[in-house]
Amino acid sequence: MNVSSTGYNFAYLNEQTKRMIRRALLKAVAIPGYQVPFASREMPMPYGWGTGGVQVTASILKPDDVLKVIDQGADDTTNAVSIRDFFKKTAGIATTEVTKDATIIQTRHRIPERELEANQILVFQVPIPEPLRFLEPRETETRKMHALEEYGLMHVKLYEDISRNGQIATTYAYPVLVEDRYVMDPSPVPKFDNPKMHEMAALQLFGAGREMRIYALPPFTRVKSLDFEDHPFEVQKWDEPCAICGTIGSYLDEVILDNSGNRMFCCSDTDHCRSELENAAEAAQ
Amino acid sequence: MYVAVKGGEKAIRNAHALFDEKRRGDVSVPEITPDQIREQLSFSVDRVMSEGSLYDPDLSALAIKQARGDLIEAIFLIRASRTTLPRYGSSKPLDTSKMKVERRISATYKDIPGGQILGATFDYQHRLLDFSLAEQKLPSESVDEIQGDEVLDDKIPRVLDILNNEGLIEPASMESDESTPPPDLTRDPLDFPATRSLRLQNLARADEGFLLALGYSTQRGYARNHGFAGEIRIGAVAVEFAPEELGFPIEIGEIIVSECEMINQFKGSKSAPPQFTRGYGLAFGQVERKVMSMALVDRALRADELGEEKIAPAQDEEFVLSHSDNVKATGFVEHLKLPHYVDFQAELELVRKMRATSQVMKEAAE
Repeated sequence: MNVSSTGYNFAYLNEQTKRMIRRALLKAVAIPGYQVPFASREMPMPYGWGTGGVQVTASILKPDDVLKVIDQGADDTTNAVSIRDFFKKTAGIATTEVTKDATIIQTRHRIPERELEANQILVFQVPIPEPLRFLEPRETETRKMHALEEYGLMHVKLYEDISRNGQIATTYAYPVLVEDRYVMDPSPVPKFDNPKMHEMAALQLFGAGREMRIYALPPFTRVKSLDFEDHPFEVQKWDEPCAICGTIGSYLDEVILDNSGNRMFCCSDTDHCRSELENAAEAAQ
Repeated sequence: MYVAVKGGEKAIRNAHALFDEKRRGDVSVPEITPDQIREQLSFSVDRVMSEGSLYDPDLSALAIKQARGDLIEAIFLIRASRTTLPRYGSSKPLDTSKMKVERRISATYKDIPGGQILGATFDYQHRLLDFSLAEQKLPSESVDEIQGDEVLDDKIPRVLDILNNEGLIEPASMESDESTPPPDLTRDPLDFPATRSLRLQNLARADEGFLLALGYSTQRGYARNHGFAGEIRIGAVAVEFAPEELGFPIEIGEIIVSECEMINQFKGSKSAPPQFTRGYGLAFGQVERKVMSMALVDRALRADELGEEKIAPAQDEEFVLSHSDNVKATGFVEHLKLPHYVDFQAELELVRKMRATSQVMKEAAE
């Protein structure tokens, strides 16, 4: 057993706990999109701040892993910094901000712009794992609905959106259908990121600590965002490029510049923005 | 450019340092010690132990100091610490009838075998600010003199047993014998429907304020079951553990607990004549308000079992058990402080688009 200088076991959790979580992960991988209950532990960071993702990462982390942590696409947001520090301290592993160098990427609210590879694992922090929760608050009911593949309620909701607003009024945590079986919450990533989940080469693991659920998308799983034939799924688009790196087609944050409401748009994925800027500089030389 | 949220490592370090400084407060005032907290703020210590699910007055006092007196934060510190502890097994069920009683009252009988024992309570105090407490005082009469020298009985009979002898109250339920291990919600995810013992486990570590409000709501007509405080007893009980290699139980220590047995009305049903029913509360330390609320909520949650119509939040197992944990609740509510600008951006874009669409439709209509 590997004890770090903090007096805690490698990556904080004891080995029995990790084994329990790995069993849940294996089951989750075997049934893509199915929410596996697991005995989530209290962690030294608050519920709702990534305890599920942290437990998943702690359970799969090896000493030679290179970890990247992002929140809102950025490595330098406060909570990402805090979680990265946590693993640096309790596991002594290497960390990086460079997407292609990471073996494990823990994320909240985004999928990196750069296409992920087969040797990488993407760990999502999930607040409400149940895609049907806001339609039906009872767990006993929603589990039944999943078991019976009874997703009519969800389609009615999307239909009502269209009849009322002319479009589906869900912009993030946009529900997906996994391998034509389970409707799954993709975590609160903007729907812009949904297509990246489809047939991704990397393993995608989802941890919801407070709600005690783990689910997964094995590599190359078919993931379809719910839609209708006459109202096909579409993602957000911006009219302008990133104000910093000039790329078109990445997800942009809106930054208010002054009191009169002037604003600029720049890449939410900070590593993407930096590498685009470097590429442009190289090309110019 | 945008430093408010993307503050990074340095800002976090500084925030922590500032927190430490604020915790210490004015350095001309002596620093408080965990010993002082344990001895002089014992109700806080007890609450943190009970909702932190860890019987350790010293750690509890330390957590309260570290959290600057924020009890939910202290409970969180205790939970995060206890979760790393190894699990050796389950103790034998506590025998609270052998409690060394410090306080024991019944509201249902004027006098009871074993007597009403008030103990240390603020029940009958006039809530007038005692300005003399602002000064440091020397210790006055010792507790022995106040208590007198009456020796309490070794085993004090339970008030509810007296009722039970007449068959007026349902027997205490025995859900499982000792051979089946009790459920453990810290090791198995909560599943519905929950057994009563699992519910009680959840309520024992539940937020006091949440239980208080729910218990109160049952008194105000939301699933009214009119409770009587049959018996409340507080004191030390022995904890017994049977190590596998030994094969028989040994006493490993004593803990102070509060226990409340509530007597509630029951109209009777097709299969059962009218009789009194039970609600039960038990938690670490002296936490009377907590265990009384717990007993009311426990009784309300037995609606299905007793064939009662479910009309109120306090009877709704999923609602109560899913929202009772203050560490979970505070984490999720406070996570709204985390940046959400990616999702907010998506919403902004949608609202702009929908406003533009409705403008176009309006203009077309005109």
